[in-house]
Amino acid sequence: MLDLLGFGGRGWGLQLLQGMGMTVLVAVSAYLWGLLLGGMAATLKLSGHRGGRVAADVYTTIVRGVPSLLVIYLLFFGGNSAATWVATLLGFNGPVELSALPVGILAVGTVSGAYSAEVLRGGALAVPHGQVEAAKALGMGRWLTFRRVLLPQTLRYALPGLGNVWQLTLKDTSLVSVVALVELMRVAYLAQGATRQPFLFFTTAGLLYLGLAGLSGRLFARAEVWAGRGVRRAAR
Amino acid sequence: MNSPLLSALMAALPQFVSGTWLTVQLVALSLLLGLVLATLVAVLRLSHLTPVSWAARGYIHVFRSTPLLVQIFLIYYGLGQFDAVRQSVLWPLLREPYWCAIIAFTLNTGAYTAEIMRGGIEAVPHGQVEAARACGMNGALLFRRIILPQAFRQALPAYGNEIILMLQGSALASIITLMELTGVAKAIAARTFQPIEVFCLAGAVYLGMSFVITRGVHLAERRLNPARK
Repeated sequence: MLDLLGFGGRGWGLQLLQGMGMTVLVAVSAYLWGLLLGGMAATLKLSGHRGGRVAADVYTTIVRGVPSLLVIYLLFFGGNSAATWVATLLGFNGPVELSALPVGILAVGTVSGAYSAEVLRGGALAVPHGQVEAAKALGMGRWLTFRRVLLPQTLRYALPGLGNVWQLTLKDTSLVSVVALVELMRVAYLAQGATRQPFLFFTTAGLLYLGLAGLSGRLFARAEVWAGRGVRRAAR
Repeated sequence: MNSPLLSALMAALPQFVSGTWLTVQLVALSLLLGLVLATLVAVLRLSHLTPVSWAARGYIHVFRSTPLLVQIFLIYYGLGQFDAVRQSVLWPLLREPYWCAIIAFTLNTGAYTAEIMRGGIEAVPHGQVEAARACGMNGALLFRRIILPQAFRQALPAYGNEIILMLQGSALASIITLMELTGVAKAIAARTFQPIEVFCLAGAVYLGMSFVITRGVHLAERRLNPARK
């Protein structure tokens, strides 16, 4: 039975590895997109601009209040219907289907961004305000203060929380399988359908996710040590 | 909003209501069973017997580090593969997507909640345990009267987040054919060709439920902590 996981003849090993590669690709891209989106939302939330603050609050509240699966369905099916509508305006006929990969990354990243926003906001608030004033007193401009004082420390404070968001994003990528993107979960589903061995393949998929989570967790722990070098701790 | 869509949505209203009701059922039942499981696991996790503590730790780690979808598929498709399971007394349960979803959700929320409960238990000052021991309480009585009530109170804010996460996770039941809120929305979206409006409507219902949960947890927190009023 285990030869089904191998790389020869009947084995699904290669497909599983490719699926895992796709999972990592979707997770990393979505996470980065989420960081960008979350960074912008956090900046808006902390800015004095009222409209921006409300917009960012609406984004994080809505996205964190509805299931990720619904966000994926909305962007995928809604995106398809919007694209079809635009295509009709341009004189094309028939339904348009968007490619699952970019839409999946966009959807998972949008969810990830809402969580990142809160983590980054908390990190920025942890930077002592006196430091910003000191930077100003030294004649640093807003951008320079942001780049040299605020950003590095925000990232350090936010790192543990960002690690949690990463784990969340990694697990959320499995939902993209429902819109037929061939990532790890989808490969496992196809494989069990072909071989009638659901337990074997879903256990394997679970173990691979476990491996990815463990490996990336270790990377984040390392990053925390690196970011915290030279910082005295209250307790250890 | 154009009127054919409006009438289509009105016609779908009973389905939306029954979908919402199924979501509430799935979430409530799983949370209830999950809380019992989590309390048990949290206690085992803090046990001084190393194998017991490690087993609890392993369960928590596996269920928190894998996607809920894997867990659902393993229980719904995976277990049915074995003849031993098909012939067992549990098969009438494991054959139903409803109970598979409940089992998967319970195991999942149980793992997350166990960690929350552990935090709560560890936050109880040790002096209170000593005082209770000095009064002659031991084992179960100590847990029931001193540790667990305070642990629950301590854990409530974090548990509120877990309730919301369970509500969102329950959407995955639609993947194993259950017509809960997301499943209903997907079916109606496919029928009316108006996915944006239908999914936004479902999202609004989820938001409403999240809001009610948040308010409820907040109220419970205030009631349980008279000192913090």
